[in-house]
Amino acid sequence: MSEARDYKVIGTRVIRPDGVDKVTGRANFGADFSLPGMLYGKVLRSPHAHARIKKIDTAAASKIEGVYAIATGADFPKVGHEEITGGEGAGDFADLATNVMARDKVVYHGHAVAAVAAISSAIADAALAAIKVEYEVLTPVMDLDAAMADNATLIDERLFTAGLPQKPTKPSNVAAYMEFKRGDIAQGFAEADVVVEGTYRTPTVHQGYIEPHACVASINQGGQATIWCCTQGHFDVRSMTSKVLGLNVADIRVIPSEIGGGFGGKTTVYLEPVAMVLSKKSGRPVKMTMTRDEVFRASGPASATKCTIKIGAKKDGTFTAMSAWLAYEAGGYKGSSMAPGAMCVFAPYVVPHFLIQGYDVLVNKPKVAAYRAPGAPQSMYACESLIDDLARQLKIDPIELRLKNAVSAGSQAAYGPKFNAIGFKECLEAAKKHPNYSAKLGPNEGRGLAAGFWFNAGMQSSAEVHINENGTVTVVEGSPDIGGSRASMALMAAEELGVPYEQVRVLVADTESAGYNNVTGGSRVTFATGMAVIQASRDIIAQCKQRAAATWGIEEELVEWQDGQAIPKPGVNADVKPLSLAQIAANSGRTGGPLLGRASLNARGPGPGFSINMADVRVDPETGKVDVLRFTAIQDAGKAIHPAYVEGQMQGGAVQGIGWALNEEYIYDAKGVMQNAGFLDYRMPVASDLPMIDTWIIEVANPSHPYGVRGVGEVPIVAPLAAVANAVRAATGIRIPDLPLSPPRILAALEAAKA
Amino acid sequence: MQSFAYAAPETVQQALDVLAEHQGAGRRVQVMAGGTDLMVQMRLIDGSPRTIVDIKKLAETNRLDIGAKEIYIGAAIPGAVLTASKPLVACLPGLVEAVDLIGSSQIQGRASLGGNLCNASPAGDTISALVASAGVCVIASKGGQREMPVESFVVGVGKNALKPGEFLLGIKFQRPAKGTADAYLRFIPRTEMDIAVAGAGVSVTLDANGTCTAARVAIAAVAPTVIAVPAAADALIGSKLDAAALDKAGKACSAAASPISDKRGTADYRRTVVGVLCRRATAIAAGRAKETR
Amino acid sequence: MSKTRVETKINGEQMEFLCEPQQSMLDVLRDTLRLTGTKEGCATGDCGACSVLLDSRLICSCLMLAVESNGRQITTIEGISRGETLHPIQQKFLQHAALQCGICTPGFVVAAKALLDENPNPTEEEIRYHLAGNLCRCTGYDKIIRAVQDAAQTMRGEAS
Repeated sequence: MSEARDYKVIGTRVIRPDGVDKVTGRANFGADFSLPGMLYGKVLRSPHAHARIKKIDTAAASKIEGVYAIATGADFPKVGHEEITGGEGAGDFADLATNVMARDKVVYHGHAVAAVAAISSAIADAALAAIKVEYEVLTPVMDLDAAMADNATLIDERLFTAGLPQKPTKPSNVAAYMEFKRGDIAQGFAEADVVVEGTYRTPTVHQGYIEPHACVASINQGGQATIWCCTQGHFDVRSMTSKVLGLNVADIRVIPSEIGGGFGGKTTVYLEPVAMVLSKKSGRPVKMTMTRDEVFRASGPASATKCTIKIGAKKDGTFTAMSAWLAYEAGGYKGSSMAPGAMCVFAPYVVPHFLIQGYDVLVNKPKVAAYRAPGAPQSMYACESLIDDLARQLKIDPIELRLKNAVSAGSQAAYGPKFNAIGFKECLEAAKKHPNYSAKLGPNEGRGLAAGFWFNAGMQSSAEVHINENGTVTVVEGSPDIGGSRASMALMAAEELGVPYEQVRVLVADTESAGYNNVTGGSRVTFATGMAVIQASRDIIAQCKQRAAATWGIEEELVEWQDGQAIPKPGVNADVKPLSLAQIAANSGRTGGPLLGRASLNARGPGPGFSINMADVRVDPETGKVDVLRFTAIQDAGKAIHPAYVEGQMQGGAVQGIGWALNEEYIYDAKGVMQNAGFLDYRMPVASDLPMIDTWIIEVANPSHPYGVRGVGEVPIVAPLAAVANAVRAATGIRIPDLPLSPPRILAALEAAKA
Repeated sequence: MQSFAYAAPETVQQALDVLAEHQGAGRRVQVMAGGTDLMVQMRLIDGSPRTIVDIKKLAETNRLDIGAKEIYIGAAIPGAVLTASKPLVACLPGLVEAVDLIGSSQIQGRASLGGNLCNASPAGDTISALVASAGVCVIASKGGQREMPVESFVVGVGKNALKPGEFLLGIKFQRPAKGTADAYLRFIPRTEMDIAVAGAGVSVTLDANGTCTAARVAIAAVAPTVIAVPAAADALIGSKLDAAALDKAGKACSAAASPISDKRGTADYRRTVVGVLCRRATAIAAGRAKETR
Repeated sequence: MSKTRVETKINGEQMEFLCEPQQSMLDVLRDTLRLTGTKEGCATGDCGACSVLLDSRLICSCLMLAVESNGRQITTIEGISRGETLHPIQQKFLQHAALQCGICTPGFVVAAKALLDENPNPTEEEIRYHLAGNLCRCTGYDKIIRAVQDAAQTMRGEAS
C-alpha cells in the first residue's frame, strides 16, 4: 500500500499553522478559559497514604458565605466493573470512579475525598479547611517487595490475582499475572555457553508536562453538559465522564483546549467529573485547575518496577534463551503498564526459547497513567543493560552483538506477530557509522548504547476535508495537537490534493463537530488520523474528477488528478483546459454542491518503531555527578512527514529518558507521603544540564501507510535509560542496576567498589 | 481577624514605625525584600494573613558601596544587580558567585543577599560565602543601627537574630587586602535550579611567597545552620595551599559536618562531598588570591 | 477584604486594577486582566512559564506581589511583538520548530528577549544557563537553543 514516489510537500520543514498563536500568547490552554458566573472548584485530598474514611462532616464548610456546592463520594453514583478500552493506559471504570472521588477508602496520599465550589479560590480554600474527615489510618504499602510479601497489608481485600493458571485461594496485592513463552527455556539455557542475569529497579516518575490539569464544566438543568479541558482525547473525556457520572454520552460536549503536554498523563480524567458534579449542585459553571503539588500527588505517574532478566548466549553472541520476571507498580488501583512492558522487553531480538512473566501490583501511590511507550522504558532498560554486560563479557562490540540477534522483516516478534518491513538493523548499521560512535573519550568518560522499541498504535480516527469556495482547504479532525500534528495533517492533505501547504488549515474540533477519534497517544496521530486525512482528501479528488467529467461531458474514469487539477487522461480527445481545485470549488454550486470529503477508519498496521541511542557521559569520581557530554538518537520514522517535529520528538524523548536515568524519582517518607512534589526537588533536566541532541532519522517505509509513516512519539524515551546507564558503567567500571543514577547512589557504589 | 496588608515605606524610620505599630498591636508583620522565598512560603507552608513590609524603596537597602576600606551591600539589592557590578566581582568573587547560584535568571531579578541571609536556610548559598568573607550585618533597630557578624546572625533553621521590630539594612565587609580572595562552591544534582546538597565558602590570604597567612572556611547544608570551620582554616594557614593542606582542610570540614539524610542527599554523601567542595573552593580562591597579590 | 488600587503600565498601556495585597502578579495578569499568555506551571518560581519583564528585568510573575507593580512597567508575552510583525525570537521559534506543545513558549520568548537585550552575542553555554529557569518537557531544549542563537544573529543584523 505504501507508494514510492517523489513528494512535493511532505518531508519539508514548514511552519506549523498554530505556531503564531503559540509564540504570541494568544493560544488558549486548559486554564485560560473562563465563563461568566463561573465558580472555582477545589479538591480536599487525603493526608494519609492508606486509610478508611469513617466520616466526612461538611456542615461548617457549607455555611461559609460564597460556597455554592460541596461534593463527596456520596454524590457520585456507584459504577460497575468494566474494562477501559481505547485509551493508552489499562484500568477499570469502577476504579476510575473511585480514583476521581474516594468512597470508603483512600489508597494514596493526595486521593480526592471532597470538593467545593465557591466564588473565589480563597473562599474555596477556606471551605476545604472547614471540612472534617475522620480516618482510620492503615499501614501504607509503598513498594513492590512489601506489596508482594506473603503477609502484606492488603490494599483491596477483594482482589484476587487474575491470569494465574489456577484461581488463587486468597486475595493479594498482585492484581494480574501475565506470561508469554516460546520453546523450552531450560533447554535454551542449557545450550548457552554464557548465562548472565541481573535485577534492576526503576523509580516512580512523573510525565512532567508543564501545564497542570484544568477544566471548566457546565451542566444545565436539562442535563446537557459542556466541558472545556486540556486533554489528549476529548472523546475519552466524554466517555469516562459519562461512565463515572451515569450521564448520557450525547448530552456531554467536550471542547478541547490547546494542551500543554501530556505524554500519556492526560489520557484519563481527574477533575472533569468532579467539576461536573459541582456544576450540577451549584447550577453554575465550575472551573478547576490543579496546582503543581496536586499534579505530582494525584495524577500520572509511571510505574516503579523491579525486573530480573536472564540471557543465555553462545560464544559467538547468538542468544539461546531469555527470561524476564517483571513486576510493575499500578498504584492504588490495578492497571499498570506491565503488559506492554512484557510485550516489548525482548521484541528487538530473535531468540528460540524465552519466558516472560509479568505482575501488576497494587501499592499506596497514585494510580499510574500512561507515560510515553508505557511500560517499555522500564523492562527494556533492564534488558539493554544486561545485553551491554553480556557484550563486555563476550568481548563483542555491543552493536555487533545486537546485529547478530536483531529482528528483521519476517522475524516472529516475541509478543506474537511476524514483523513486516522494520528498520532495526538499519538503525544499528547507522549507529556504527555515526561519528559519535568512534569519537575519543577522556578520563572518567564512558559511552553507552542501547536499543529502543515500541509497537505504535493504529486505532480509530475520522477526518473531514472541506474545500472552500476559493479552493483553499479546511481539514476537520479530532486529535488534539500536542506537538505539531496540525502541520503534519496539512502537509498530507496538501500532498494528496496537490495544493500549496499554506492553503490548508486544520481544525481540531470538539466532540460534536468531528467524527470519533481515539486519544492522541500510542504515536498514532500522524499515522492513523493522517491516514484518515489522506483518505478524505482522496474522497475530494474522486468528487473533483466526477465534477470535471460532468463539466467536460466525458466518462469519469477518463479524468486524472495531477498537481492540484483535473486533467483528461492522455489521449482522451477532450478539447478542454485542466480544472484546478479552485475552479472546481468556485463552480461547485452548479456541479452538485459543496465539496466535502470524509473518512473514518480503524487503522491497521501501525508499523513498529526501533531506535538506537548513544550517550557519552563524564562521572565525577569525587561527587558521583554525571554530565551528559554528547547524545545521539537514531530512529526509524518510516517516513518523516515534518522532519523537524520528528527530530523534536526524538530530542524530547531523549531528554525525558536522561532525566529518568539520572535524577527523577518520587521520594516518600515512611508514612507514604511524597517529599518532593514540586519542580524544585523533582529534578527534571534543565537547559544547562544538556548538550545538543544529535538526531539521525532512518526511513524504512511502513508498508501499511500510503506514505510509509510509522509512529515516532514514543520510541524516543525507551533507549535513553540504558544508554545513559551503560555509559556510566563504561565510565566507572561498575554496574549500578537501580535508577536513578543520582550522585549519592553513584558515589556510594564507587566507594563500595574501592573498599 | 487580621487581613492581609502591604506597606512600602520610603524611609527607615517609617519602616521601623510600621513594624513597631504591628508589634504593639500583636499583629503579624513580615519584612519582604525580593520576596522569592516569602511568596513560596506563603503558598506552600503558611498562607495566614499578615502585613508585608516591602523594604525595596529604602535608600539604605539599595545602596552598593565599594569603598577603599569598606564594602557595603544593601539588603534588598537583587542578585542581577550584584552580579553585574564589576567592582564587586573584583573584590568578592566568591560572594558574587554564591549570589549568582540562587535560582534562575528570573529569581536573580528579585532575590537579594539580605533575604537569603534572613531566610536563614541551612543550605543558603550566600551565607557560607558571607561568613568566609567575614560579613557584618547592619541592622535597623528602634534605638538606631546595630551591627553583628554574620556568623552569629543565623541562630537556627530558618531563624535569625533579629529582634521584633528590627530589620536588616545591609551587610558590610572590610575591603579584602592584597593577596586575599574568596570562592564558593556548592553541589547540586543538576547544573541549576536546585538547593545546595552541600556548600563551602572559602577566603584565603597569601603572602608574597605564596604562604597562606589567613583563611576562613564556612560550610552549608551539613548542619542546622551554616557553620564556620576554624579547624579547616587552621589546616590552610601556614601552608602553601598544597594538596596535603587542602586535603586536611577538606577532612576538617567533613568532620565538622553533622548532616541529615533527606530528599536532597544522604548524610554520608553530604559529609563526603562537603570536604571535596572545601578542597576545590580553596584551590579556586588560592588561584584568585595569586592574581590579586 | 479591602482591595488595593494599583496603577501600572503593562505592555506600554496605562492600566489600573484592584487586587488583594497578597495576590501575585501572575494571578492578576491572568484572572483580573485576562492576559492569559503568561502561563502558570508551578507558582513557585521553578518553571519560568510565568516570566515577564519588570522595568525590563526578567522575573517570575508568580513571585511578585501585584501591588508591587504600582508605578512600574511590565512587559508580558502579549507585548513582545508590536503591530503586524513578530519579534525575531518569535519568528525563529517558529522556523526552528522550537515548540511542541507550546505551554512553555511564552516564558521562553520573554526570557530569551531579556537575555538578548543585555547580551546580543551569547555563547551556547550562556544561553543554556540563562534559560535554565525555564522548563520545557517536550523539546529537550535543542531547537530552543538554536532558535535563540539564530535570533541573536538576526538581531545583530547578520544574515543567518
